[in-house]
Amino acid sequence: MSKEWPLWEIFIRGQHGLSHRHVGSLHAPDAEMAIKNARDVYTRRNEGQSIWVVEAKHISASNPSDKGPMYEPSESKVYRHPTFFDIPEDVGAM
Amino acid sequence: MSALFEFCLRMGDNTLVLGHRVSEWCGHAPVLEEDIALANTALDLIGQTQLWLGLAAEVQGEGKSADDLAFLRDAWDFRNALLCELPNGDFGQTLMRQYLFDEWHCMMLNALRSSTEKRVSDIADKAIKEASYHLERSRDTVIGLGDGTTESHARMQAALDYLYPYVGELFVADGHDEAATKAGIAPDLASLRDGYDAALSATMAAAMLTIPDDKFAHKGGRTGRMHTEHLGHMLTQMQWLQRAYPGASW
Repeated sequence: MSKEWPLWEIFIRGQHGLSHRHVGSLHAPDAEMAIKNARDVYTRRNEGQSIWVVEAKHISASNPSDKGPMYEPSESKVYRHPTFFDIPEDVGAM
Repeated sequence: MSALFEFCLRMGDNTLVLGHRVSEWCGHAPVLEEDIALANTALDLIGQTQLWLGLAAEVQGEGKSADDLAFLRDAWDFRNALLCELPNGDFGQTLMRQYLFDEWHCMMLNALRSSTEKRVSDIADKAIKEASYHLERSRDTVIGLGDGTTESHARMQAALDYLYPYVGELFVADGHDEAATKAGIAPDLASLRDGYDAALSATMAAAMLTIPDDKFAHKGGRTGRMHTEHLGHMLTQMQWLQRAYPGASW
């Protein structure tokens, strides 16, 4: 048995119904304590409305060295941005 | 109105002395997360102290401030329960002390929300939210460590055996308490005991810990009759600046 507590990634939803954002990570023995620790470490200045915790080992991540094949192909495809439409005046601000 | 003054001192000295004790962990806790959590708890307790001692000073009417009461009194004038001034010991002993206090603190604050004295019920309304979180946290930790490894279990049992004799004092009323109860300021202390014992039994059962049979209770802190030898030492730390540089401010 490892003596270290597992690592948890912490996501906090701020005021005004924004989505949860990754704020950092911490150690805790279980999910419940991870939420408590997140409350104490990351919401001291009234930052939070809701906390999600995910044990770090459950997060699968893309490989940074795949950057080329993963992201470069979309760089040259400006037509995917909806910037080529004329918006009728009646529509107003989008 | 000395019943109200005395009552506020007792509440405020509990939170002041325990808050200072908990703050002694700052930078020393076993893991970073616990260090921050303990510092938060200490700050909550000191914040509550400002309210209680602020009200005490107002009621006293001698032009003193909460700071005057905190830093310019010596050990014999303190009215905290002995439990609050006991040394931190190891992390387990600190959390056991915290749990034993938090359980009482929540019951007390809950009852104080219906105090006839509005300034008291206002403080209780604010403090109960902080105390409820302290209780949730200390209870979980006591259970986690009690029902943990052989080592943590033994330390938690030793902590309970050492601290339990200091629990009884929280429920023993003297003349000042009776006057406060009569005036509707505070609940009858003895009336909180059954609920406390039930909660304590449930937590200790979950923590696989045994509550000592002996009901002997150390007393003397709340009345100021006799503190333990630990309070004076603690005050030399807490008050050193005002003692070395009387009246210093910044």
